[in-house]
Amino acid sequence: MKILVPVKRVLDYNVKARVKADGSGIDLANVKMSMNPFDEIALEEAIRIKEKGNAEEIIAVSIGVQQNQETLRTALAMGADRAILVVATDDVHNDIEPLTVANILAAITLKEGPSLILCGKQAIDNDFNATAQMLSAKLKWSQATFASEIDVKDDIIRVTREVDGGLQTIDAKIPAVVSVDLRLNEPRYASLPNIMKAKRKPLEEINPADLGVEITQRLKVIETKEPDSREAGLILENIDQLVEKIQENVGG
Amino acid sequence: MIDTKQIRESVATICQKYGEEYWRNLDKKKEYPTDFVKEMTTSGFLNILIPQEYGGAGLGLKEACIVLEELSLQGAHAGACHAQMYVMGTLLRHGSDKQKKEYLPRISSGELRLQSFAVTEPNSGTDTTSIKTMAKKTNDGWIINGQKVWISRVEHSDLMILLARTKPQGALPKKTDGFSVFLVDIEQAKESGLKIVKIDSMINHHSCELFFDDVFIPDESIIGEEDKGFRAIMDGMNAERILIASECIGDGKYFIEKSVNYAKTRKIFNREIGMNQGIQFPIAECYSQIEAASLMVDKAATLFDEGKKCGAEANMAKMLAADASWKAGTTAMETFGGFGFSKEYDIERKFRETRLYQTAPVSRNLILSYIAEHVLNLPRSF
Repeated sequence: MKILVPVKRVLDYNVKARVKADGSGIDLANVKMSMNPFDEIALEEAIRIKEKGNAEEIIAVSIGVQQNQETLRTALAMGADRAILVVATDDVHNDIEPLTVANILAAITLKEGPSLILCGKQAIDNDFNATAQMLSAKLKWSQATFASEIDVKDDIIRVTREVDGGLQTIDAKIPAVVSVDLRLNEPRYASLPNIMKAKRKPLEEINPADLGVEITQRLKVIETKEPDSREAGLILENIDQLVEKIQENVGG
Repeated sequence: MIDTKQIRESVATICQKYGEEYWRNLDKKKEYPTDFVKEMTTSGFLNILIPQEYGGAGLGLKEACIVLEELSLQGAHAGACHAQMYVMGTLLRHGSDKQKKEYLPRISSGELRLQSFAVTEPNSGTDTTSIKTMAKKTNDGWIINGQKVWISRVEHSDLMILLARTKPQGALPKKTDGFSVFLVDIEQAKESGLKIVKIDSMINHHSCELFFDDVFIPDESIIGEEDKGFRAIMDGMNAERILIASECIGDGKYFIEKSVNYAKTRKIFNREIGMNQGIQFPIAECYSQIEAASLMVDKAATLFDEGKKCGAEANMAKMLAADASWKAGTTAMETFGGFGFSKEYDIERKFRETRLYQTAPVSRNLILSYIAEHVLNLPRSF
């Protein structure tokens, strides 16, 4: 079985996001970018599935700017076998929409023939949480979202999902698209021997046009603004004052 | 070309897993970062200089510098593990094929730790030719007698490199002849009478005194040619200096980042202290000096990797980087004010740690005298 893992290059989770002066989005010029943490978890799971002997090849795909190469090199150093870079834009601020991403991934899936696609449940930059679902619809494959435990048995993938009420366990038929949640695993870092090996792993570069996909812009960002800064609290003297304040603020 | 960014990322990930609290606690208890060093070894970052045929990465000093710089700028104490990187250089350059095949793969895998070398003695520091520890030939080995001091990490090492006299002082015409290098199995030597005594010092550097009292070591311990060991020790010094310079660059970047963040958030008289040029300018100056020193470290490492002469550059890199990190440390202490003294902020720990490199592995004055004499051809002063 081949596993496809899409990896997105996003603003590093440690970096404090700054809104661009014109409010059109987050300033991404000269800031640290990293692999979307949820995608890292998906990749780690793919590697574990392969290590257990349940997969032969892991293909990492990244869609975006030329610099996504770095993200793919990291994926290769962690343990992906080869990588595909889809250069879809030359502007790092141009976020490729989930539907376009799903279209590109669907085309790659037809070309490469994976039977499992493991993705992060969402990217930490736009928080869409849409690509996996759209992709499974496009491919007419089974889907399982928010996985916190995964077990592959023959052509069935058993997924424990983190849902509002607790945990739900479902069996999905392979081929399947699975989106992973935070608690699935703790991703490894690339050891030096693996960084060295990654140098020799293939990284193919293609354009959306090669896949017959057009990059369209359906969504429009109206405004981006920073959260309101936290206002100072109040120190109250007794419970009565507290009750009074609560009544004042939320009503009787 | 290896992607150095990935090296940085992985090293940073390892450091962040342990966190600064880990180092703070070790410092408090004077303990050794055994698990951290083990992880740095098994993940391949400390065997970066060991050739691939012996299980290492076979990369250059430039890449090794990146590892140590990143460790330091993440707040780790690189001094606890740097020697596992370079002490093996003596074995690699001067050991026999048999020795290399026997030891290097096991050092590479982390099975054996070779992170200690015994050269300095109570009565000889940089004047290495005046050491007195003697190795006397017997039928099947050598008997060692003497004393060594400031031998770091020896309690956390399986092997050490030892420099001893194999001819008495003055017995050979050349002052630098009559020394031999040995690879010593520390456990065996302890059974044969080697005594190790801890030195309680300013930083958590695990330095010790060694007392050799008729300690037997087998024939095959000798590395390279008998009586020609002085060079074998000396030619490892450039690598050490350049690597330590890169640690200083990391320390400097650490202090600058901490200072900048603190200056931006600490408010006195209702304004961030970073608004005061009295606070800003020293940080900006330290930043410039670290950047400049970093160029010299790069130059020295590049020359070293190209196999070119780099004595002057290695020395200058060490001095400039150590001066820059010391100044950045002082500036961080100033920026943090009273809080700089609090252990919780880690500034005072790093400040003490980076102070070592004014003195070790070679002092500022000796670097200046080297440059004066060997680069500028000024008359010898000693």
